[in-house]
Amino acid sequence: MDKLPLLTIITFAPILGMIAISLIPKEKKNAIRWSALLATLPSLLGAVKIFMDFDRTTKAMQFIEGPLNWIPSFNIQYHLGIDGISVTMVILTALISTICIIASWNIEKQLKGYFILFLLLETGMMGTFVAIDFFLFFIFWELMLLPMYFLIGIWGGPRREYAAIKFFLYTMAGSVLILLVMLALYFYSDGHTFNMIALQDQSLHQGPLSSHTFRMALWWGLFIGFAIKVPVFPFHTWLPDAHVEAPTAISVILAGVLLKMGTYGFLRFNYQILPDITVDMIQVIAVLGVINIIYGALCAMAQTDFKKLIAYSSVSHMGFVLLGMASFTSEGLNGAVLQMFNHGTITAQLFLIVGIIYDRAHHRDINGFGGLATTMPRYAVWTTLAFFAAIGLPGLSGFISEVLIFLGSFKTWPWLTTIAVSSVVLTAGYMLWTLQRVYLGKTQEKYKDFPDITRREAFCLLPLAVIVIILGVWPRPILSMMEVSLNALNQSLVPYGAHVASGLGF
Amino acid sequence: MHFFLENIWVIPLAPLIGFLINGLGCFLRLPYVKSRKFVHFVACTAIFVAFVFAVGVFFDLLGMDPAHRSFTKTLYPWISIGSLEANVAFLADPLSAVMMLIITGVGFLIHVYSIGYMHEDPGFARFFTYLNLFCFAMLLLVMGDNIFMLFIGWEGVGLCSYLLIGFWYEHKPNAVAGMKAFIVNRIGDFAFLIGLFLLFWFLYQQGHPTVAFSGIQENVHLLEGAKVGGISLLALVGILLFIGATGKSAQIPLYVWLPDAMAGPTPVSALIHAATMVTAGIYMIGRLNFVYSLAPEALVVVATVGALTALFAATIGFAQNDIKKVLAYSTVSQLGYMFLGMGTGAYTAGIFHLMTHAFFKACLFLGSGSVILGMHHEQDMRRMGGLKKYMPVTYMTFLLATIAIAGIFPFAGFFSKDEILWKTFESGGHQYWYYVLWGMGVLGAMGTAFYMFRAVAMTFFGKLGERAHEIAPNEVEEDEHGPHQHEHHTPHESPKSMTFALVVLAILSVVGGLVGIPYALGHFFHIPNFFEEWLAPVFAGAHGEGHGAHHDVPVIEYMLMVFSVAIALATSALAVYIYTKRKDLPARFVTRFPRLHRLVHEKYYVDEIYQVLVVNNLLRINQLLALFDQKVVDGFVNFAGTVVRFSSKVAGFTDNRWVDGFVNLVGNSISFAGASLRKAQTGLVQNYLYIAVAGVIALMIWRLL
Repeated sequence: MDKLPLLTIITFAPILGMIAISLIPKEKKNAIRWSALLATLPSLLGAVKIFMDFDRTTKAMQFIEGPLNWIPSFNIQYHLGIDGISVTMVILTALISTICIIASWNIEKQLKGYFILFLLLETGMMGTFVAIDFFLFFIFWELMLLPMYFLIGIWGGPRREYAAIKFFLYTMAGSVLILLVMLALYFYSDGHTFNMIALQDQSLHQGPLSSHTFRMALWWGLFIGFAIKVPVFPFHTWLPDAHVEAPTAISVILAGVLLKMGTYGFLRFNYQILPDITVDMIQVIAVLGVINIIYGALCAMAQTDFKKLIAYSSVSHMGFVLLGMASFTSEGLNGAVLQMFNHGTITAQLFLIVGIIYDRAHHRDINGFGGLATTMPRYAVWTTLAFFAAIGLPGLSGFISEVLIFLGSFKTWPWLTTIAVSSVVLTAGYMLWTLQRVYLGKTQEKYKDFPDITRREAFCLLPLAVIVIILGVWPRPILSMMEVSLNALNQSLVPYGAHVASGLGF
Repeated sequence: MHFFLENIWVIPLAPLIGFLINGLGCFLRLPYVKSRKFVHFVACTAIFVAFVFAVGVFFDLLGMDPAHRSFTKTLYPWISIGSLEANVAFLADPLSAVMMLIITGVGFLIHVYSIGYMHEDPGFARFFTYLNLFCFAMLLLVMGDNIFMLFIGWEGVGLCSYLLIGFWYEHKPNAVAGMKAFIVNRIGDFAFLIGLFLLFWFLYQQGHPTVAFSGIQENVHLLEGAKVGGISLLALVGILLFIGATGKSAQIPLYVWLPDAMAGPTPVSALIHAATMVTAGIYMIGRLNFVYSLAPEALVVVATVGALTALFAATIGFAQNDIKKVLAYSTVSQLGYMFLGMGTGAYTAGIFHLMTHAFFKACLFLGSGSVILGMHHEQDMRRMGGLKKYMPVTYMTFLLATIAIAGIFPFAGFFSKDEILWKTFESGGHQYWYYVLWGMGVLGAMGTAFYMFRAVAMTFFGKLGERAHEIAPNEVEEDEHGPHQHEHHTPHESPKSMTFALVVLAILSVVGGLVGIPYALGHFFHIPNFFEEWLAPVFAGAHGEGHGAHHDVPVIEYMLMVFSVAIALATSALAVYIYTKRKDLPARFVTRFPRLHRLVHEKYYVDEIYQVLVVNNLLRINQLLALFDQKVVDGFVNFAGTVVRFSSKVAGFTDNRWVDGFVNLVGNSISFAGASLRKAQTGLVQNYLYIAVAGVIALMIWRLL
């Protein structure tokens, strides 16, 4: 290869940083921090380059590396590439990872171990999005699990062990299903391949793979495996626990990147490899999407723990992605992937915001606050911006994806969408109610001397806020990256009966 | 060629720049925001530049052929995905020009007024920042060339309204009022969005998916006869969009936020909650008149809700003592008139009333602000009285605006309100229901005259504080800043920056109606109805509009005119008489009908009913669901953990010899599950991790070899 192996660099640069950090004595805390930051920069710069060089006119994989034979006896290849479905996730991962390193600056406990695990996590996340080989994908998928388990289990809150194990076991259960499906696809496909692009070719699906029942079983295996990650109701209960116990930066990663792997998995595997079953089962996705949206919003409203509230809002907002995916319209599908990106940037801000106040007050009881806007005016401005982005205020990025999803899904699912749209009221309800209880009203005596947001904290929020505003008024740069791939994906479902071309769903 | 049309983007940009300069200054605590002069100079200049360009646009349009007075300036494509194409584009036509002039003109006056009103407030710069942002959003709303642009403005003004109602957020009720306004509006938006989606996809079905107003206008006739579940599609769309309007424009059943919105500073009440933002719903119907004209059922709903609101809110105005609350209910009521006009298909009349109302209601609110400031933050009219002597300019302007709102000839309100009532009466000829609506409108007009002159009498006539004894000792007094301690001060007239705005608005309240003299009166002097002619291209084709050559003026039109002026005069005089000469009457009425008075005074308990029926139940459902989530959904997860743990113990007991390799791994992972979710056997997890990591490393080495 004469070209720079960009995807390999952005995926494995953190590993180099990990090795470097392991050589630094643990007393040199600042050296460790800066090395960690340095180790994420190649990925970030690579992401910028990808953003600029990405060919927005093709649905094909780009920046392809390989295929190099890795384990030839099993036809396992080192094969990387990105297309319109994954490119925004790669950019998001690089961005959020860098921000989270900065947000982790104040970690004191076992700093060295923390950053080593963190960088390993970044490699796992990045690899998941760039792998073309199913086996490679699965390695990265599992690789990401281990550091996550320790990051919650060691640096978490009081109930960290419970939360970490629950997260781990739940995801493991999903992984087992994915593993089984992977093996089934490998063994029964013509030519025994793990290549995810090759597996899209339905003519390779031979033997049991051509049986509807068997395909249905595979589809459900993948669906449940990924649904746990999203998380889709009723597999969502690990999320509030994991979020509440995880340290701030890990919550940001969890909500900002990890959840998207579930919906990414749907699009990459369920949609592309088993399109016929996806079309058959689309109603399930749509209904679960609406349940997520409404159920998540209603549960969020009942929370008194600030972080748990944001966690449930993630459940609700990830429901939008499901609904958009189930729409079979170009608007809905593009909206869904845009929502994955927007939710990443917006929810990351929300968790950072919760972290900022937790660092000062050491509690997160919404009713225990009040009047913070007076003591911390700048912090309140950041919060207001992020909250309104989450509410979906037009002019900010969340609106674009929300309205595209609703518009798209309304064509196919008018009644379900009508129920889902009521979330515009519910979201405003729980967000503004929180804003009012925490930030407005009289200042409490004990919070009078809280320092306002620091430069470092603001620096974490700034790029996210800028992106949210820019994409709100000019969504083209991101939409154009995904549009061609997603429209092609949408078209590819038509032969299986997706009523794209037909009339309204009335 | 058309300089102002080509550069129409300056109009929203100017306030945006003002917002950015003051906003960033506040946020970064730059030194220049310490200078109040600089802050208000920036803010006022920004809106003044917008006003100058709006006037320019008006004259550019005037110079064009009336039939082609429409100009679209596209800046860039905003969202284009699938069949959705929404541009960032501005539309200049007679309707948006009128709106731009009102927003920037009245907006500028209120900016100037605020210099004086907010002078002592520590949040001076923040206030002007929000005010500029509001003007920006409001201009987007009326200038957008498609529904999506309208919707950005629609929500943007909602945000500003939220921020400004809760401007003094340290006092909790203010913060709650802001929240209530936004959430209630969102209920309307919910319906609005559904209406928008319906319209879009049915146009798509006809092969013309579009959100641009011009595109909708061209293709909407294709949807005539389309049905959804047996209901006419266009009627459904019209009603859904109108529900959105009942939120923004405070109509039954979503009006409840507006009276509470008076918690904001008084200039905000004047600009946002009287003159501009709350008229967005009327503008929206005017903009989409071609949809409504094809949906007579929707128009009847609009007219009926409008008339009901006009009457209902007027009655509440009778029993309020807070001067701003009186004006708030009056606004709700007047907005009802505008909807009555729109619902009659008399779009010009509705927009006309929108404009005259912007003049006199802004004047009234600013006047009340002047009174509140002059009385040292007192809003209870029972503590006022006799202010005529202390505040002559405020008194005169307030009185003129009151005459205007009461609909007395030849003040502005007469022309616009009478036009609406006449058109409603005329429609009665086709549909008897409109006679009923007309009757409600007339009753409402009487009510308006009564409660407005009641307010004038209580505030300006008589002696200072002569009704203070009526205040029950246990009544908590609150003003914008929170609980209020009453002190005795001599009232004083307000500074020049404030009275300037009052005088200009009062003049407009007097003469503003002359641009729309009805043919019935104008033809004697050969004065055309400028306003109707100006808007005619926008509303061309709408039924009930442009009666062509009005040659025969029915006698009944004159009779009704005289009748409405007569009753307005009579009720005004009655109110002044009761509240100056027979001060005992109201008290006697209250003792005679205590329940009725209480019912009206407590605003028919609508807020309380909503609280019990909607809010409390919603909160209860939330609690239940959260409990369900914790106990049932999560309980099941934990239960599964326990079961697996138990079975793995049994399995471990019977089979303590483990098979090697892969089976080992699987067995291990089952036993973590067994390790239960509560009591972690961390050792096992680590074992697994070691194996997994070792496996990965082994595979990598394999690859390298």
